[in-house]
Amino acid sequence: MNNHQFVLPGSYKKWTLILLIVGLLTIVYGFFAFDATAHGGHGQNVAATRFWAVLLQNSVYWLLLVNASMFFICVTTMAMGGWQVALRRVPEAISSVVPILGLITFIILLCIVLGHRTDIYHWLDAEAVAHDKILKAKSAFLSPGFYITWSAISIVLWSLLGRKMRKLSLDTDKNGTMDYETGKAWIWKNTVWASLYTVFFGLTVASTIPWIWLMSIDPHWYSTMYSWYVFASTFVASMSLIAIYIIYLRSKGQLEYVTDEHLHDIGKFMFAFSVFWTYLWFSQYMLIWYSNQPEETRYFVDRIGTAEKSGPFHGIFFLNLALNFLGPLLILMKKATKKSWTVVTLTAVMIIFGHWIDVFQMVMPGTLHEHAELGFFEFGSAAFFIGVIMWGVGRYITKNSLVPKNHPFMKESMIHHT
Amino acid sequence: MAGGIKKFVVGSFDDEAVLFPAVKNVRKAGYKIHDVYTPFPVHGLDHAMGIRETSLHTAGFIYAITGTTTALTFISWVFTKDWPLNIGGKPHFALPAWIPITFELTVLFSAVGMVLTFCYLCNLAPFVKKHHFHPRATDDLFVMAIECSDKTDDNEVQNFLQNAGAKEINVQVAETGWWIGRYDKEQKLYRDEPGY
Repeated sequence: MNNHQFVLPGSYKKWTLILLIVGLLTIVYGFFAFDATAHGGHGQNVAATRFWAVLLQNSVYWLLLVNASMFFICVTTMAMGGWQVALRRVPEAISSVVPILGLITFIILLCIVLGHRTDIYHWLDAEAVAHDKILKAKSAFLSPGFYITWSAISIVLWSLLGRKMRKLSLDTDKNGTMDYETGKAWIWKNTVWASLYTVFFGLTVASTIPWIWLMSIDPHWYSTMYSWYVFASTFVASMSLIAIYIIYLRSKGQLEYVTDEHLHDIGKFMFAFSVFWTYLWFSQYMLIWYSNQPEETRYFVDRIGTAEKSGPFHGIFFLNLALNFLGPLLILMKKATKKSWTVVTLTAVMIIFGHWIDVFQMVMPGTLHEHAELGFFEFGSAAFFIGVIMWGVGRYITKNSLVPKNHPFMKESMIHHT
Repeated sequence: MAGGIKKFVVGSFDDEAVLFPAVKNVRKAGYKIHDVYTPFPVHGLDHAMGIRETSLHTAGFIYAITGTTTALTFISWVFTKDWPLNIGGKPHFALPAWIPITFELTVLFSAVGMVLTFCYLCNLAPFVKKHHFHPRATDDLFVMAIECSDKTDDNEVQNFLQNAGAKEINVQVAETGWWIGRYDKEQKLYRDEPGY
């Protein structure tokens, strides 16, 4: 035990438990009430489709969100960043949820693929693929074999490489103060593992994983922007979650070396990546709108509709833009707001919800079409995943010191001033 | 140009760690700091000197929305009123196609506007000259200029700076505003200075 040990307050445990129970009850209720095992092709058994589509949306979104916080650690490590060291244990704690959420996600994906849910992934329908030139050409890639293998490899490697990064960090607590040579060797080792993680992250989150998990819901359509767009979405949400945890722990008197200067920088990340997300969102939209090819515009017709008839996701589509672009842009523009605990917390909640909506409108139009709902089941399932994250983070921050006091860059972080 | 001739007590420091408490003590003693000249941006010095936050970014925001408005009104006037063209069957009011230009003009207006405002605030322009209190302020000295009024006893201020740790102290009578001039005609090189 040391003086940086954090004891979870009762309210945190209570809310974790409430969210987990509510979420679990919702999912179990949904499983029976929506007859989740029913065959769902061609618009039959919409309720069953809803069950799996909602689980797909939530598991993928929350998994990629927690995984992006390890990406944050790795890129700042590779950039020889010093400022983030004082708050480093927070993204570490968030990324420690990757193995458990990865397992949950993998089980859901297995159920969808092995359960032959053609209502979620049209390319699972072997007969339809045989008569479809486009799907036939993609069948090496969009097949259960590749899907399951690559998903498994991705989740396992995210977990293992992330665990190695966390272990390197936690080892410094035990090994005592480092002299110049040991510190240099440790930083080098840290950088090597961080770069391995980043390369693998590029091969998965920034390319293949969003293609097979989300974009293949609309298998005829493709966009080269898509994976970047999903990455930006989950990364900015991850930065928001880090901000929320920093403010929470600061309000409990922890993280004594994390000042408003650090929060200011996290706020800059939230601001910058909201704009980056918009850039990708708009680039994808404008090119398709401009070239006006029927096979490409299909994706947006399913969402906003046409000039004559607005689509079922018209409202969600523009809400997405308001929550994730206009809101963060106008609220986080000023320095004072990026340093205000209240404003940053509220904006972070808005961004996390906004990108949840973003993934909602990626998944639902291709699976549920006009039958999509935003009701108790959607929010209840989200509660389960939030509960899992709160449980995992709570476990990590109580088991380990919140201050990496022997990190060679710790002093640089303590005197950080912008 | 308006500034007028004033008397200054100038103290030069060679250490940031000495400079900060000196700034604090000089302010506490009630002397008026004209400015502190440093070879590089010193974190927190503006705060220590009690200078208010700059409004440059507010100006930047105003320039930016001016750029946005200019772009949107001009393009929409051209394409819907002045010279409507059928481009690929798109509606005349084709907002998505205009966003890149709108973005560019927003950035251009705010960037150029902020640079010009910055130059104006700092009196920076070709041929605009200001008095230099110490040539080594651009090299390795932190130079603090204290403005004297009629009632200030400059010996007292010099002693104060001596105690605060200044390495070099002198009294200068200088123009506070700017004037038009040319460096090649007026500048005395540092190597020609007596103390070199």
